[in-house]
Amino acid sequence: MAKVSFDVNGETHQLELDTRTTLLDALREHLHLTGTKKGSDHGQCGACTVIVDGRRINSCLTLAVMHEGDEITTIEGLGTPDGMHPMQAAFVKHDGYQCGYCTPGQICSAVAVVDEVRAGIPSHVTADLTAPLRLTNAELRERMSGNICRCGAYSNIADAIGEVAGRSA
Amino acid sequence: MKSFSYERATSPAAAAAAGARDANTRFIAGGTNLLDLMKLEIETPTHLVDVNGLALDRIEETPEGGLRIGALVRNTDLAADARVRRDYGVLSRALLAGASGQLRNKATTAGNILQRTRCPYFYDTNLPCNKRKPGSGCAAIGGFSRQHAVIGASEACIATHPSDMAVAMRALDATVETVRPDGATRSIPIAELHRLPGDSPEIETTLASGELITAVTLPKPVGGTQAYRKVRDRASYAFALVSVAAIVQRDGTGSVALGGVAHKPWRVEAADAELPRGAKAVTARLFADAKPTKDNAFKLPLAERTLAAVLREARG
Ligand SMILES: Cc1cc2nc3c(=O)[nH]c(=O)nc-3n(C[C@H](O)[C@H](O)[C@H](O)COP(=O)(O)OP(=O)(O)OC[C@H]3O[C@@H](n4cnc5c(N)ncnc54)[C@H](O)[C@@H]3O)c2cc1C
Ligand code: SF4
Repeated sequence: MAKVSFDVNGETHQLELDTRTTLLDALREHLHLTGTKKGSDHGQCGACTVIVDGRRINSCLTLAVMHEGDEITTIEGLGTPDGMHPMQAAFVKHDGYQCGYCTPGQICSAVAVVDEVRAGIPSHVTADLTAPLRLTNAELRERMSGNICRCGAYSNIADAIGEVAGRSA
Repeated sequence: MKSFSYERATSPAAAAAAGARDANTRFIAGGTNLLDLMKLEIETPTHLVDVNGLALDRIEETPEGGLRIGALVRNTDLAADARVRRDYGVLSRALLAGASGQLRNKATTAGNILQRTRCPYFYDTNLPCNKRKPGSGCAAIGGFSRQHAVIGASEACIATHPSDMAVAMRALDATVETVRPDGATRSIPIAELHRLPGDSPEIETTLASGELITAVTLPKPVGGTQAYRKVRDRASYAFALVSVAAIVQRDGTGSVALGGVAHKPWRVEAADAELPRGAKAVTARLFADAKPTKDNAFKLPLAERTLAAVLREARG
C-alpha cells in the first residue's frame, strides 16, 4: 500500500492504494468517476484518456502513486449535462458517436489536441516542421489516431473537433 | 500484476544504486512499456524505482555544438523542440511516426530506447519464448514470422526492436550516457547499446544491472536532407514493418539506418558508402547476410523501395 494525493477536477483526494493500482482504476474504482472507460487496458484504444497537468495520457498505463500533486481532468470535469464543454456540445451536435463507449476518451483527447495545435506541436502529417501549423482534416485525424472508435464514427468526430478548433473545412 | 514495493529516486546516483538492489528491481519512467508487460506478468518486478523526479528532463546544447537530451524528456517535447525540428529533422519525424499523442506525452527518451520487442509470441505466455523464458524455445521460428527479423537473428530468437526513435538516433550517431550503481559514468555509442540475440536473447543491451541512462547526446548538426519513412499496416498508431531513417547530403553521401528488420536499429557503415550509387547498392550491403523467413522475405524489396523513395525525395 502507498499514499498519494492529487487533484481530480479541482478537488484534492488523498488515497491509500495498492501500488499496482493504475490511475484508471483509482479514478473508476476508488473515486467512482466512471466516465473514464477501460477498453484495451494496454494503451491500444484511448478509451481511458484523461488530461494530466494539461496533457492527454492513457490512464491505464500509469500508476496512481506516480501522480503525487498532479492535476487531473476527466470527462466529468470538462462539463456537465447542463453546462457542457464546447467539445462535448460539438460531439452531440455532430453525432460524434454511436455506442458512446469511446466518447469520453475521444473528447478528452480532442480538447488536448486543440491545445497541442495552439502550442505548435507538429504531427506525423505536418508537411514542414519549421513552418506555422495549419489545422487541416488530415492533421486532426492523425492526432486523434490514438482513439479507436469501433462504431466508426470518425467522420462525425472529425467534424465536431474541426468546428471547435475553428477549422475552415 | 504481481505486487511490488515502490520508491521515488532522489538523484541519478541513488537511482542507480537502488536499481542494482536485486534482479527483480526495475526503473519506471513513462511506464507505457513496463506496465503493459507487468499486467501480462511478462515483467514481474518486486520493486520499482520511479525516476520521474530526477531532473533529467532538459534538452541542452553541448560545448561541441550538439544537443544533450535528458533521459526523461518526453517524446512529444523532443519531437517539438525547435532545435531538433531544424537540425535533426529525422529524429522529430521518427518520434512523430511512433505510437499515439497520448503515449508520446508519457514516453521518455530512455524508456523508448529500452522498450522491449513486440513479437506476438513474447507476449503470449502460453507459448515458448527464449527471451521471456530462457531455454524454453522460440515459437516464432517456424511460426507466423511476418513481422520478425530478416538479419542478425539467431537460432534462439528472431525478434525485432520496435523503436522508431532509436533508428533515427542510430543514423545520427547518438551517444547514450549512463551512471552505474557505483556512481561511475560512461558514454556508449548507440551502435553498441543494443545487442543481437545470439544465444541469450533475454539480454538486450550492454547496460549493467542498475545502470541508469541519464541522457542521449547528438553530435553537432550535419545538415543534409533528413527523412524518416515508416511502412506499416495502417496509416498511424502501428509499429513499423520496415522503416528508413536517412540523412542525405547534396553530394549524395550520408547515412542510413533501418527499423523493423533486426534486433537493433540496423546500420552498416559500408552500406552508407554506397549511397551515391542508389538504393539497390545500399540495401545489397545492408542485407548482405540476410536470412529472411518465408513470411518476411517481402521486407527486403520493401526496404529497398522505401529507401529509393526517400532518396528520390531527397534529390528533389
Ligand atoms: C499501443 C502502443 C503503440 C506503440 N507504438 C509505437 C510505435 O509505433 N513506435 C515506437 O517506437 N514505439 C511505440 N510504442 C512504444 C512506446 O514508444 C514505448 O512504450 C515508450 O517509448 C516507452 O517509454 P517509457 O518512458 O514509457 O518507458 P517505461 O515503460 O517506463 O520503461 C521501459 C523500460 O526502460 C527502462 N528504463 C526507463 N527509463 C530508464 C532509464 N533512465 N535508465 C535505464 N532504464 C530505464 C525500464 O526499466 C523499462 O525496462 C507503442 C506503445 C503502445 C502501448
Ligand atoms: S522471436 Fe524472440 S521474442 Fe519472439 S518467440 Fe522467439 S525468442 Fe521469443
